[in-house]
Amino acid sequence: MSTTTDNRRKAPAGERVADWADGRLGIYSLAKANMRKIFPDHWSFMLGEVCLYSFVIIILTGVYLTLFFHPSMEEVVYHGSYVPMQGMRMSEAFQSTLNISFDIRGGLLIRQIHHWAALIFLAGMFVHMMRVFFTGAFRKPREVNWLFGFLLFVLGMFTGFTGYSLPDDLLSGTGVRFMEGAILSVPIVGTYISMFLFGGEFPGSDFVPRFFSIHVLLLPGIMLGLLVAHLILVIYHKHTQFPGPGRTNKNVVGLPLMPVYMAKAGGFFFLVFGVIAAVAAIATINPIWAIGPYRPDQVSTGAQPDWYMGFSEGLIRVMPGWEINLWGHTLVLGVFVPLVIFPLVLAAIAVYPFIESWVTGDKREHHLLDRPRNAPTRTAFGAAWISWYFVLLIGGGNDLWATHFHLSINAITWFVRIGFFVVPVLTFIATRRICMSLQRRDRDKVLHGRESGIIKRLPHGEFVEVHEPLSQEQLHTLTAHEQPKPLELEPEFDENGVARKAGAGQRLKVKLSKGFYGEGTQIPKATREEYEEITSGHGHH
Amino acid sequence: MSSQDIPEENLPSTQDAHGGAVTKTAGDPFADPGLPPHEPRIQDVDERAAQRSERVVAFLFLLSMLATVGFIASYVALPVDKIVYIFPIGHISALNFALGMTLAVALFCIGAGAVHWARTLMSDVEVADERHAIAAEPDVKAKVMADFKQGAEESAFGRRKLIRNTMFGALALVPLSGVVLLRDLGPLPGTKLRKTAWSEGKMLINQNTLQPLRPEDIQVGSLTFAMPEGMKEEDHDFQKEIAKAALMIVRLRPENIKDKRELDWSADGIVAFSKICTHVGCPISLYEQQTHHVLCPCHQSTFDLSDGGRVIFGPAGHALPQLRIKVNDKGYLEAMGDFAEPVGPAYWERG
Repeated sequence: MSTTTDNRRKAPAGERVADWADGRLGIYSLAKANMRKIFPDHWSFMLGEVCLYSFVIIILTGVYLTLFFHPSMEEVVYHGSYVPMQGMRMSEAFQSTLNISFDIRGGLLIRQIHHWAALIFLAGMFVHMMRVFFTGAFRKPREVNWLFGFLLFVLGMFTGFTGYSLPDDLLSGTGVRFMEGAILSVPIVGTYISMFLFGGEFPGSDFVPRFFSIHVLLLPGIMLGLLVAHLILVIYHKHTQFPGPGRTNKNVVGLPLMPVYMAKAGGFFFLVFGVIAAVAAIATINPIWAIGPYRPDQVSTGAQPDWYMGFSEGLIRVMPGWEINLWGHTLVLGVFVPLVIFPLVLAAIAVYPFIESWVTGDKREHHLLDRPRNAPTRTAFGAAWISWYFVLLIGGGNDLWATHFHLSINAITWFVRIGFFVVPVLTFIATRRICMSLQRRDRDKVLHGRESGIIKRLPHGEFVEVHEPLSQEQLHTLTAHEQPKPLELEPEFDENGVARKAGAGQRLKVKLSKGFYGEGTQIPKATREEYEEITSGHGHH
Repeated sequence: MSSQDIPEENLPSTQDAHGGAVTKTAGDPFADPGLPPHEPRIQDVDERAAQRSERVVAFLFLLSMLATVGFIASYVALPVDKIVYIFPIGHISALNFALGMTLAVALFCIGAGAVHWARTLMSDVEVADERHAIAAEPDVKAKVMADFKQGAEESAFGRRKLIRNTMFGALALVPLSGVVLLRDLGPLPGTKLRKTAWSEGKMLINQNTLQPLRPEDIQVGSLTFAMPEGMKEEDHDFQKEIAKAALMIVRLRPENIKDKRELDWSADGIVAFSKICTHVGCPISLYEQQTHHVLCPCHQSTFDLSDGGRVIFGPAGHALPQLRIKVNDKGYLEAMGDFAEPVGPAYWERG
């Protein structure tokens, strides 16, 4: 470059550092592609950020906690500063958790931030996943990222479970016992897995240190990798956007990373951290000092797991206690069936994108989001899944529902047993109808305009409401979505009379496609002809 | 701030030149009209409003600094065990509250400042970026396929089958070492789950008083927890043993005992059942005096202690095991053997 000769004066220090890094890392090419990268704006796009930031908060506070926590089940007698427990026998894990809570300044705050952030992390992932689901953001090219996100949610559940089991308190110990009982129900290998996991019979003295390395090393390590991959794909695919004027499948409209999203997203990290710190300052979570150390022959009433494990608790509580004893062996269906359904509940939502893409046969890229009403079958499926999940949550807290609402626990259990099958179906039907009503409303709005609330009296005495026509931006936004047509079976004989029978797979696909997009599943959107016919008329309201 | 104060040349009406004016696409009423023009914010047209925003952002950052000072001050000044009353939360740790709130303010103000800065002072002109298809162009794909083919040919992977097959074999076998290494994670189950610490002649020790139980200690309507004689809380395997041996004792009127075997295994109407739920192993701890039902608080399995520990509700799959007891010649309750069947959750080998 010619500038090297006439540019004798030194470049600013920042530029020289950047030059140094560019010569070794190639940062200028990276920045060229990404520094002014455009991100679209919508409140629901923040949900994923909540997850990312709470994950970072969990890592930061978790590292601090490892400095003081002793993952050991060695029995000790407590002589610390919390008077009510002095002289009690407990594990070192429980004792060190008491120390963190009562003796280390700020220890309780960090412990509470860690636990609250974990609850928010899981809740954030759940809501973020539903956002992605209901807007169809999982469609090509983002199916792999959907799976990464799903795995993060599942791994997050187990990281949470292994984490809250570490203090070895009476509540979490009960949860671990439940897990051991569930493992024992596995045919043939159950007792072996249990012995290997606990280093012998339950509880033994191994599970806290083992859970510790799973909780702080194995699972977060995998999650960190998935998280980085998830973010790289978000950047690579560029963010989806809602349809609107100037927003097409071929562009992304929004504001640049530098400076707007650096400030907004960077600032949002501090907002999330600040809110969680405030919650941890005023709301106690997991008060292990009130629960006490674990003993396998003691239990407290109202025992509940953290919320994200609640649906599995529901499964185990409402399953009838079936046991089959044959040839000297026991098949513990009452526990094993819930154990099998547990991953299936999660898998049901995870595989949906692949089913939808198979049924539609759609191979195009989709970067424009759907409004949930414009994909009634998908929305109905998602709502049905959520209702299923919540029915199980009710089952998981059946004792609390009974005591708080003065209901019979037997009645609640039976409600959940029946609701497990019935509620999702009802939700599906109701949601699809609501979606179609909303589509009808959009159609009316496009054709007749917005209801202005002004009543006009015509010369002959008739009263009509004045409708304001929509702007072209609004008309475009309300009509930009596609309405897929159901697949048709090809005729059994082609034009030469040669038989070509469709296979079972093809027939199923066509049948499903009719269910997705066939008659009675969507309201035809307004056409240009209909619009013109109505708007050209006179004296029309 | 009224619009009259804004300099004339800054008003939106005079700025519209760059605004990408919308032209109605001829014909289609639903056609995409393109990006709407930028709507200026008050900070875009009025420098004084922009300066106010600047002061708000700076104030928030300043507040954050003060809060951090407050955090350090609370850490140094407040004793760790001081409890204070804060309305409406109640009595809470002063240090936890002070540290948490100052940290929250310090963090939140940085975030609020940054977001306010971005929303009021940074450009909010929306920009469109092109998207490009993710899938490669056909010539790129052709090149990759050709490269791959060439590489595969040069490796002779497909041609020299002996190498390929032995390599697969070696790679398939080598993880076995890792699996074998896991063997010593724990012992084999054997009959460990079938045996408990109970055996013939062991007295029933009250878990609260640690004294042997006499029949007269147990009243109708009370629930007593017991463990076998010789077990101590200090024992290193106490947790493991009590997880199986925990026992609950109730006294019934003999005429109320519906199950014949239960009556045979009782002593003076006193019956002893395993405390460990047969569902997934929680300790059962709720007793209904009138009906002699016990309820596991974890998953609400309910057992009838007057009818052989039968399950009457909930997810448990089989009855609670009963321990056969008698009154020995010194007048204490003692076990006549171990449980006849495994206690706790069912498992494959239980039979």
